[in-house]
Amino acid sequence: MDFAFMKETFLSLLSGVPLTLNLAFTSVAFGTVFAMILALMRLSGVSVLAAVAQAYVFVFRGTPLLVQIFLIYYGLGQFRPALQEWGLWIFFREPYWCAVLALTLNTAAYASEIIRGGLQSVPHQQVEAARACGMSGFLLFRRIVFPIAVRQALPAYGSEIILMVKATSLASIITMMEVTGIAAKLISQTFRAVEIFVVAGLIYLIINFIITRIVMAIEWWLSPHLRRPPAVEPRLEAAHV
Amino acid sequence: MKLFKAFGLGLLASALALGGAAAQERTVKIATEGAYAPWNFTGPGGKLEGFEIDLANDLCARMKVKCEIMAQDWDGIIPALQAKKYDAIMAGMNITDKRLEVINFSLPYASTPHGWGVMKDSPLAKLPGTGTTVSIDKDPEAAKKAIEAWKPLLKGKTVGVQGSTVNSQFLEKYLKDVVEIREYKTTEQHDLDLTAGRVDAIFAGHGALKATQEKPEFKDMVITGTGMRGDVLGRGVAVGMRKDDAELKKSFDEAIQAAIKDGTVKKLSEKWFKIDATPQA
Repeated sequence: MDFAFMKETFLSLLSGVPLTLNLAFTSVAFGTVFAMILALMRLSGVSVLAAVAQAYVFVFRGTPLLVQIFLIYYGLGQFRPALQEWGLWIFFREPYWCAVLALTLNTAAYASEIIRGGLQSVPHQQVEAARACGMSGFLLFRRIVFPIAVRQALPAYGSEIILMVKATSLASIITMMEVTGIAAKLISQTFRAVEIFVVAGLIYLIINFIITRIVMAIEWWLSPHLRRPPAVEPRLEAAHV
Repeated sequence: MKLFKAFGLGLLASALALGGAAAQERTVKIATEGAYAPWNFTGPGGKLEGFEIDLANDLCARMKVKCEIMAQDWDGIIPALQAKKYDAIMAGMNITDKRLEVINFSLPYASTPHGWGVMKDSPLAKLPGTGTTVSIDKDPEAAKKAIEAWKPLLKGKTVGVQGSTVNSQFLEKYLKDVVEIREYKTTEQHDLDLTAGRVDAIFAGHGALKATQEKPEFKDMVITGTGMRGDVLGRGVAVGMRKDDAELKKSFDEAIQAAIKDGTVKKLSEKWFKIDATPQA
């Protein structure tokens, strides 16, 4: 192992980190909104909406992300005239937006199941208690159901964010020069696969370490009821001294 | 018991016989990419085909060795050779100084110029120098002039190229500030993006470009601009081997010389490239 070379590699790979983070967070942000809609469709009680959401999750969770990226990028590239007519080509022309779209659609499928699990785990008593206090509809959802569901879903959702950071490495196959893309390029220039991939792995590890800490901090902040109340020091009485 | 003994002896004898045969006939594992038509590609039936597959079989017969040809992704093809996953590379790989630092090459068995592929209706179809070829090593002045002549037309265009190749190195060295370079894993992928209009031009070997033109959806693609050879584009396509494998290099060199001399390389290249790709001495 040549540590001077690894340090140099580390610095070159760092230039790919902004794109990696950009892809991960843009798609997680869009994906969360979409996942919320899917989960609410699934739980709406309207059979058509539930079936559509279920079919969507089945398709996007059941096929590899690599295949989805290929289909969206190279597959839709074949339908350029039609897409141009609809004014969508400006969007699909760019590899960046194709990558974001594929990652978003994929994460929405997984995340909608996580959110559904969270929503369904809200204890019935809590909802009934809220109803007894006169809450209903959106107020009930906002004040009672949603906060409890988020608390339940957060650990699984943290894993999903980490999975998305790692999934961005697939964007290198559609010419996006994120960390893995730059790593592959460096290997072609130096032929030192081991050192370069070790460093690339390390960068992902650091990013994901930071993400796990942030998710843990949010979990801690959201669950004060699980923490020991601050111990009340018994007041020392003068007589006992 | 006797039966077992007899059986065991039989096994031993057959193992010895096999071992004896192997000592006479070495098995050489050759890696190719399988996605670089017409050099090497995966045919409709999933079998490897192409110029290099035919040539490899011919060379192996001359070297009197048994050959096993396998497909390997291009961007890991040299590291895997060093890791001894196979003994030789025949994958349209040019001899370059950079590669010579880590592996050894046989004598070149083919050589084609490198150039641009664009769609017929593109303004780039008028790139100067179409039909001519220049070697950067032999005539650096003329090559420089030809590249300068391209620049006004190429300015701001997006160009597709296969990563980790002599072609991507050429663009990095000479046109980095003029065009936006997009690197693809395979040439098939940048071909698709050329028809989709995501890139304005592709830069590749003339042999590969000619094969692309053969496909019906690429009938409107044209090869333009001066054909380039030499410098970072390498000194011809050759067999790549590990540096310590001197014996294998010797037998490949002899076999290649013989195949060039008796016209086998010319015949095979005309079959696959429609041009004579025999390396010029």
